[in-house]
Amino acid sequence: MSTATADIHHDPVESNVNYLNSSYGIKSWLLTVDHKRIGLMYLAVITFMFLIGGVAATLMRLNLVEPQGALVEPETYNKLFSTHGIIMVFFFLVPSIPATLGNFLIPIMIGARDVAFPKLNLMSWYIFVTGCIFAMIAIISGGVDTGWTFYPPYSSLYSHTPVVIMALGIFIAGFSSILTGLNFVVTIHKMRAPGMTWFRLPLFIWALYATSLIFILGTPVIAITIFLLGLERLFHVGIFDPAIGGDPLLFQHLFWFYSHPAVYIMILPSMGVISELITAFSRKKIFGYSFVAFSSLAIAVISFVVWGHHMFVTGQSVYAGLVFSVLSFIVAIPSAIKVFNWTATLYKGSISYQAPMLYALGFIGLFTIGGLTGLFLASLATDVHLNGTYFVVAHFHYIMVGGALMGYLGGIHFWWPKITGRMYPDIWARVAAAIVFIGFNLTFFPQFVVGYLGMPRRYAVYSTEFQFLNIMSSAGASVLAVGYAIPLVYLIWSMRYGPPAGRNPWGAKGLEWTTQSPPPTENFDVPPIVTEDAYNYAYAEAPHV
Amino acid sequence: MIGLAQTGLQSAAALALMPFQPPAASSIAGDVDQLYYLLSAITIFFSVLIFSIIFYFMVKYRRRSEDEIPPETHTSMALELTWTIIPSLICVVLFVWASALYVRESRPPANATEIFVIGKQWMWHLQHPEGPREINELHVPVNVPVKITMTSQDVIHDFYVPAFRVKKDALPGRYTSLWFDPTEIGTYHLFCAQYCGTDHGEMIGWIYVMSAKDYAAWLAGGEKTESMAQQGERLFTQYGCIECHVAGGGGRAPSLAGLYGQPEKLASGETRVVDEALIRQAILVPNSVHVPNYQPIMPTYQGQLNEEQILDLIAYVKSLGSQERNGK
Repeated sequence: MSTATADIHHDPVESNVNYLNSSYGIKSWLLTVDHKRIGLMYLAVITFMFLIGGVAATLMRLNLVEPQGALVEPETYNKLFSTHGIIMVFFFLVPSIPATLGNFLIPIMIGARDVAFPKLNLMSWYIFVTGCIFAMIAIISGGVDTGWTFYPPYSSLYSHTPVVIMALGIFIAGFSSILTGLNFVVTIHKMRAPGMTWFRLPLFIWALYATSLIFILGTPVIAITIFLLGLERLFHVGIFDPAIGGDPLLFQHLFWFYSHPAVYIMILPSMGVISELITAFSRKKIFGYSFVAFSSLAIAVISFVVWGHHMFVTGQSVYAGLVFSVLSFIVAIPSAIKVFNWTATLYKGSISYQAPMLYALGFIGLFTIGGLTGLFLASLATDVHLNGTYFVVAHFHYIMVGGALMGYLGGIHFWWPKITGRMYPDIWARVAAAIVFIGFNLTFFPQFVVGYLGMPRRYAVYSTEFQFLNIMSSAGASVLAVGYAIPLVYLIWSMRYGPPAGRNPWGAKGLEWTTQSPPPTENFDVPPIVTEDAYNYAYAEAPHV
Repeated sequence: MIGLAQTGLQSAAALALMPFQPPAASSIAGDVDQLYYLLSAITIFFSVLIFSIIFYFMVKYRRRSEDEIPPETHTSMALELTWTIIPSLICVVLFVWASALYVRESRPPANATEIFVIGKQWMWHLQHPEGPREINELHVPVNVPVKITMTSQDVIHDFYVPAFRVKKDALPGRYTSLWFDPTEIGTYHLFCAQYCGTDHGEMIGWIYVMSAKDYAAWLAGGEKTESMAQQGERLFTQYGCIECHVAGGGGRAPSLAGLYGQPEKLASGETRVVDEALIRQAILVPNSVHVPNYQPIMPTYQGQLNEEQILDLIAYVKSLGSQERNGK
């Protein structure tokens, strides 16, 4: 689409100076306090980490083509799935949208010049990179074999792998989350432009506000848990291992007290992105703004009291099981409300199907399946059968990959013209989105079936009757890998060769589209004053062609 | 169908023959499957509903010109309430149904046969009270409820029999249990469903559900072994327990006859029912559960007895309880 539009509210004369070219040299990046540059630096690091986690996943799927293992020994396979889980969760999904798009967009969307604490923001990046370095050292020195869940006493006293180094990496990266969350909360409270009231905020901001609360409240718990694990492993202090006086279930309670909310750290920002994409590409105000906004907060709060549903088969009391089951059903409701509101937003819209919208529609479909299959696991009697099987693996990949990652890719495609000032080839982007959707379903749908049939997860070798479904899954994974590789190529290509995007290539509402692309270092030529609600498409000027 | 596979259409047949349902071989398996089908129906219904609406809107409201400005629609409270309340009601039904089944699953019938299981890296050790010990295999008679009491010698394992739809973690340092009533004669997978290290994928076994006749023959066919209680009695003498826990009372420690299953008041003031967990605790950390009127002088047996021996001792104490009750 060649409808680069300039917003007539602002100076239509584009300056050649922007945040990317206002200064040059590696030092100007490493010492920057510009939230936009920091966002891009996160993007570079997490893309690298994603590739590491992706290679591990590819090797796993290759190995599972044969029931006896096609490629590697069980010991290596265990390290592969552990590396995949740890890297993807702690070093990709958790920081993905908040640290990249959140950093880039929050100040611009609320009409601020930067986040509240720019130097703290840079420090968060360095802390995160330090965490990544420890994780990489652990991987290079052989990798850990504990799974991303680190259950003791296996992880604390039995594993012969560099658990402490990996744990230290996660511990350190956690502080980056906490500081980023703190920065965002203060920014959203204190830095909004005149007229940007709470109920005029884009829903992306509400979603990241809810995410930041979980960062601040949940991350310290995982830090403490990992610290205790390290104490037990290094000094044999009996905390989790019953042989030396500990309680292994205590670890699981603490771990899931963070790690269940962490699922919402991954999915809430994507939900925020989807609200932006659905409105922009249907030119409609969001249906049920306050319901969508408050459902984010409801999810953030309730997510802290559902951790026990990971422990229905641990011997936890029946009454605890009943309570956690009912709470897990309750947390499903706000997610359902969001899906219905997004769908209703499309009603009587003017819907176009550029690549970001395809990702958004893919998100709704896959997230719906992911959410509904969660009901199987909230239901006590079916969870007993499905817990610890591939059904769970399929369910959370529908949420974390079909949901969180689709939202991330949709967001990257939507704001790429703003970030780089260039357009990518839309046709390739649509093809990639379709390939990702097909490859994803081919990979993970068979896992629901094989899980129901009883195949446990984390098996390096498996019973032959499961082979057919595993081959399907591995075939899907190779399609998925192609779908992820294509955007990497054309996005990098577009940075140099893409046609200029103009201020508002999508005809979208929101302050970020009123400034030039890429934005100037100070974000706006003139500090904005907000006079209308979010997504006020009914009163939009027709986009200039 | 099997003929098809043999005639060569192998890949098509592999798909056609592939089971989409695990064997259902216990008294609760059918009930769990019914709930599973209901959940699947709900999933399919709502997925199709959302997909169809989105697809319909995508076509009907596709952008027809670049400068199109669609009309504003207003949030409808009635709609918001509808799509909050209907999913909530569905969740209530699911919760009640699933929980009722779970509660049933968590209460073993009183007449269940007990089997004791110890998980260790990477094998299952299974003990029949009558004496036979099995590795990675369990033979049980059909239509007789079985209660599995289990623990782990090292890390966390999980006892999972997909055909029975049952699963429970085997934890080091404590006892957990599950039960099943096998309804179909056959051979079924036993899996470890909690990651436990290098050969987790090979910590597997088989459950043989046999007719009563075959089971009796299997029991008789094995080499003659002492029952768990008899072995426990030998350990009770060997480790000197008998010197203080004098039968009939009067020793430095209380008699253990008739104790199992009874509430016991502890020196701490707490009253606890004497079960497997309490007996285990009394052997390993005696002073934490010592009873009034006796000196807390019992030494710990931590590190001296392995999990199998502890289970034997428990079986012995339990047998004393039943002797007493039988005597009355």
